[in-house]
Amino acid sequence: MLRTRSPDFERSKCIHMAKINSIEELCNVKAKALEAQKNQKITILVCGGTGCKSANSDLIVKNLEEELASENLADRVAVLMTGCFGFCEKGPIVKILPDNTFYTEVKPEDAKEIIQGHIVNGEKVERLLYKDQNTGESIPDSKHMNFYKKQMRIALRNCGYIDPAVIEQYIREDGYQALAKCLTTMEAKDVIQIMKDSGLRGRGGAGFPTGLKWEIASRYDADVKYVVCNADEGDPGAFMDRSILEGDPHSVVEAMAICGYAINATKGRVYIRAEYPLAITRLENAIKSAREYGLLGDNILGTDFSFDIEITFGAGAFVCGEETALLHSMEGSRGEPTTKPPFPAESGFFGKPTNVNNVETYANVAQIILKGADWYRSIGTEKSAGTKVFALAGKINNVGLIEVPMGITLREVIFDIGGGIKDGKKFKAVQTGGPSGGCLTEKDLDTPIDFDNLIAKGSMMGSGGMIVMDEESCMPAVAKFYLEFTKEESCGKCTPCRVGTTRLLELLTLICDGKGEMKHFDELRNLSQVIKDTALCGLGQTAPNPVLSTLDAFYDEYVAHVVDKKCPAGVCRKLLSYKIDVNKCKGCTLCARTCPNNAIEGKVKETHVIKDELCIKCGACMEKCKFGAISKG
Amino acid sequence: MAIDSLSKEKFEELGAYIDSLPSKKGELIRVLHRAQGIFGYLPKEVQFFVARKMDVPTSKVYGVVTFYSYFSMIPKGEYNISVCLGTACYVRGAEPVLDEFKKQLGISCNETTADGKFSLNALRCVGACGLAPVVMVGDEVYGRVTKDMVKDILASCLSHN
Repeated sequence: MLRTRSPDFERSKCIHMAKINSIEELCNVKAKALEAQKNQKITILVCGGTGCKSANSDLIVKNLEEELASENLADRVAVLMTGCFGFCEKGPIVKILPDNTFYTEVKPEDAKEIIQGHIVNGEKVERLLYKDQNTGESIPDSKHMNFYKKQMRIALRNCGYIDPAVIEQYIREDGYQALAKCLTTMEAKDVIQIMKDSGLRGRGGAGFPTGLKWEIASRYDADVKYVVCNADEGDPGAFMDRSILEGDPHSVVEAMAICGYAINATKGRVYIRAEYPLAITRLENAIKSAREYGLLGDNILGTDFSFDIEITFGAGAFVCGEETALLHSMEGSRGEPTTKPPFPAESGFFGKPTNVNNVETYANVAQIILKGADWYRSIGTEKSAGTKVFALAGKINNVGLIEVPMGITLREVIFDIGGGIKDGKKFKAVQTGGPSGGCLTEKDLDTPIDFDNLIAKGSMMGSGGMIVMDEESCMPAVAKFYLEFTKEESCGKCTPCRVGTTRLLELLTLICDGKGEMKHFDELRNLSQVIKDTALCGLGQTAPNPVLSTLDAFYDEYVAHVVDKKCPAGVCRKLLSYKIDVNKCKGCTLCARTCPNNAIEGKVKETHVIKDELCIKCGACMEKCKFGAISKG
Repeated sequence: MAIDSLSKEKFEELGAYIDSLPSKKGELIRVLHRAQGIFGYLPKEVQFFVARKMDVPTSKVYGVVTFYSYFSMIPKGEYNISVCLGTACYVRGAEPVLDEFKKQLGISCNETTADGKFSLNALRCVGACGLAPVVMVGDEVYGRVTKDMVKDILASCLSHN
């Protein structure tokens, strides 16, 4: 069931296994790790995120190592498998330090050329360098790539830079210094104050101020209190939590311990999707090595603070992202939400005071403690401080994971960083916030992105998924797609969500099948409002957002489906019809032979005709026709 | 097949695992993960067994099994094919790929072919959106899948034998 990946375990050998009992000893480990880094003249970083691993990056590492060994360079050059670089579109990525050379779409068999060319002869492998999409010029240094220029990495600071399986590399990058600072120089209330002053808001979707959440949780006393990390990333198209856990698991472990200190909790739990085997392995490994170093467990860093973390597996239910549902699932029950109050801070996991934050939220904490609230506040906008990680996907050139300061515009994200729309097509909409969010259009492109602006535009930040759509996407069909998702994922506990999403989906299906009527638009709007007002949890309350936002922004497209019985984007099958152009058809019979339903008639060298009543609209004929004689509309 | 997959040894293994837990409180989902790992699926015999051992009503076990998409009450095929229908894959054409699998295998989602070779299901986002549309066969990930590749993917599974 859950896979274990042995290469990660092999690489996790600690240099020094004795417990770290003081801040001085922590600094000694750091100094040793820095020294080790200095001795390696060259470091080759290979992306080991899920995307690049699927494209064989394990084998790239193996080949590079073998090639280095045969050149007797193994002691001078280190090969590391890191977390995600973010530039998934061009994966697998190989980056060479110190000169930051960025190789894209590397194949295992390219290892020899990289070692021979770049390392031995000092000549960059031109063919593998990233090419600027506008100028076509090679850009050897990733700092100059448009994809990275506007990014600012805080939560992803170590992703694609350190080997997540080696705790010393995290310590080298100031890892666990924030925890040491809290334990030795700060009182719990000071930690909470810094978090409050920093303006950090929950990155899981709702944007609740993190410091305030911690403060409330700190007020309740009990024999056991819990710190929970929500790693149940269920939003389709968002993969930042997975990437953080794969690329820098210690940042989450450290932050959970800091939170434990701040709210006086001794137990931590990570609730993670069972579908993320690699993230699970790396997190388990991180917890294990932190325990070996005494950075988790009893009397951390020689103080009287004790804290440990366990992992709980989810089993695939979107609603478990909602914190009360998540807690019920952790208790081994159906993940159904309950009304708040009581909030988890008062009565959470098995009725004990519990603080729940999301992975990305935790990933920011250590940096805020080390660099201060003012530093964090200086980034982003007034009400949404800091950065946000977005997963760019869909019909965009540079699919990947990016971290940008709040307040950046959608235009900058989609066109500068994302490189614009695929195949030179026209931008139509971007869906933010996944199934809970809405579609934003051309007119919203210059809106600065932050929590409040997105809500004002009828969408939301959500966990940070950003799906870009072009002119070939049909908006009623997109709304239908999201409702299929929410209907399926509705837990069924409250009627507005269970019945309401089903009814919304039925109406949208009628519209997409050409059976819609104008009165259905009012029904969609009214029903949406009722669901928003009355559903029990966030899933139901936000489920109508994709319907309402597309209905407002693309009203004409909905009308075309209902009145003209046409799908302008050519997506809704039941509204399509295929035609053969008499002037272009040569009578080659290929289309007739291709048609799976024998719906095309015609003799050799005579114009062919599609019989509408038999046509199943599969489009096979259009794909096969060599003369471009078949069109759909 | 159904009889083989519910052997006494497997029940003993699951029983020993449950007995080894320090506390049964709140561990139902963990136990079901393990049970599915052992049996490959969670038929009613296994659910009854878990309920008795864990000292909870069978209705609660059934409620949890049916609530979560990760748990399956039918045996999976030798090759479990999951087509990602996350948004990123959807807008890059995952639906026609899924339809092609259905057509070629002659089964719908959440079904297993009669010979027990293939099972098919749709899944929501494996997080490899850069490779969209994505298909997983067991642990193996196929990226940028098109309708035309479906035949080859199935053929390569069979050639593993």
